[in-house]
Amino acid sequence: MSTTTTYTIEGRTGPWELVIGLEVHAQVISRAKLFSGAATAFGAGPNTQVSFIDAGFPGMLPVINRECVAQAVRTGLGLKAQINLWSRFDRKNYFYADLPQGYQISQYAHPIVGRGAVEIELADGTTKIIGITRLHLEQDAGKSLHDQHPAKSFIDLNRSGVALMEIVSEPDMRSPEEAGAYLAKLRQIMRYLGTCDGNMDEGSLRADVNVSVRRPGEGYRTRCEVKNVNSIRFVMQAVEAEARRQIEVWEEGGEVEQETRLFDTVRGATRSMRSKEEAHDYRYFPDPDLPPLVLDAAWVEELRAGLPELPDARRARYIRDFGLSPYDAQVLTAEKETALYYETVAKGRDPKLAANWVMGDLFAALNRTKRTIEDPPVRAEHLGALLDLMRDGTLSGKLAKEVFEAMVESGKSPGAIVEERGLRQVTDTGAIERAVEAVLAANADKVAEYRAGKEKLFGFFVGQVMKAMQGKGNPALVNEALKRRLA
Amino acid sequence: MSLDTAMVRRIASLARIRLEEEEVGRMQAELNGILGWIEQLQAVPTEGVEPMAGGSPLPAAGGMRMRADEVTEGGIAEKVLANAPDRIGDYFAVPKVVE
Repeated sequence: MSTTTTYTIEGRTGPWELVIGLEVHAQVISRAKLFSGAATAFGAGPNTQVSFIDAGFPGMLPVINRECVAQAVRTGLGLKAQINLWSRFDRKNYFYADLPQGYQISQYAHPIVGRGAVEIELADGTTKIIGITRLHLEQDAGKSLHDQHPAKSFIDLNRSGVALMEIVSEPDMRSPEEAGAYLAKLRQIMRYLGTCDGNMDEGSLRADVNVSVRRPGEGYRTRCEVKNVNSIRFVMQAVEAEARRQIEVWEEGGEVEQETRLFDTVRGATRSMRSKEEAHDYRYFPDPDLPPLVLDAAWVEELRAGLPELPDARRARYIRDFGLSPYDAQVLTAEKETALYYETVAKGRDPKLAANWVMGDLFAALNRTKRTIEDPPVRAEHLGALLDLMRDGTLSGKLAKEVFEAMVESGKSPGAIVEERGLRQVTDTGAIERAVEAVLAANADKVAEYRAGKEKLFGFFVGQVMKAMQGKGNPALVNEALKRRLA
Repeated sequence: MSLDTAMVRRIASLARIRLEEEEVGRMQAELNGILGWIEQLQAVPTEGVEPMAGGSPLPAAGGMRMRADEVTEGGIAEKVLANAPDRIGDYFAVPKVVE
């Protein structure tokens, strides 16, 4: 189950192991914010989605959004984690221009979700369990824009108060690949659950990466935290860059200091974030505006019963029920939308044939047209109908490819295209026999050679007949007619 | 527990409160007075009493109220910005803070 060889980085003085833990901030999918009725939609005009609560006006009282709580519970259940029926909100105090309250409402001592686990798959085919320490709910801060003015930073509070889930892992990862696979798996699970859209470009998912290095067999050494890494690729790069930096410090006789760092994506290196050090004393205390969050066990069970099928279960089902290879099952279940598309195509049809068409022709068409599975050039129902036309003999495999291309171009149904273009496969045996006669008559010399034993000429005759019929002859019937006539 | 002057200065700095040098001693005495009151409270026997999360014993009453996930506020940028010391367009403008 687990990897047998440990990933190491070779220093000047020998190999070093990596120890990695992630704190992932995932924006909750909800219409309104965690403690106010302002909207969460991305891209609105500055400060238009801000209530007096989000702007930290005095005298305002926060009231929690039930759906945000439900989303945290669903995510906890998806991470096979313990749901705490009693949790509490604390104030995390610090000053920053985009935090109007002067504190973030968060959960420190009593999070809503406790220990859980995530299974990751690695390139060599092995899997590994990564422990989840906790998941808690908290408010996001506003957004600062530093590049709009020479002397000023601009503050937009639209994001202020939007619900975040902070998901903390155990320090169970040992390589950049594992860190990347873990973040990808979290993202996949939350997208399946519909609890976070996972859109890293818009900041819906970002990671703080804790890295330390050690000699094989040692306990933990001092770690550093690389803040706010916003892509899976950057997480992997940041882990490696930070590990190499620490190795150099240790090997030169120095001491790694615990600190917060930033990953410079242009230079591919981390640098110290000195201003954060003084602020590290957050003086948490229970938020006096908020009573404890008490969940009804029956409601949690209701949420559990409403969970969709998760990626691991779906992949196992594709292998078991559809007879797909583990690789195909993995690809088709990677995104929920792909899985739904595939299942529509495969419903009542040959699942392997459906898989081949989705992963082959459809994926190629998506690439070529730069469209996505959510907005495909060919609807799943239409691709399914195309497979039906092949099964009932209306279309040969070759004609089906041609019809598919026409479907990509026009978005029309395969039935409409077959009618329009007169592509219907010819199954009229009279027409096929007439074509066979004509081809054999025109190639009397080849017929003689074939009869003298040059059997590979059979393919030539098939090709000629198909050509004469503009590709519309039913291949099985053409073969049959030729065999009969040449016997 | 009692606070030394260094801790008083640190608390003031974390709270972004400017303390003049001559105020430190007075503030130290006031804070230590408050801590003395707390110590007195801690003398009350609480064995077997459920800890409270805040000012009210609501767990028995089912905890905090929840709101429906509905957009009921917003669209008041002018009001939100009304007290801003400085604004540019519909943004708050603050002295440049860059990491």
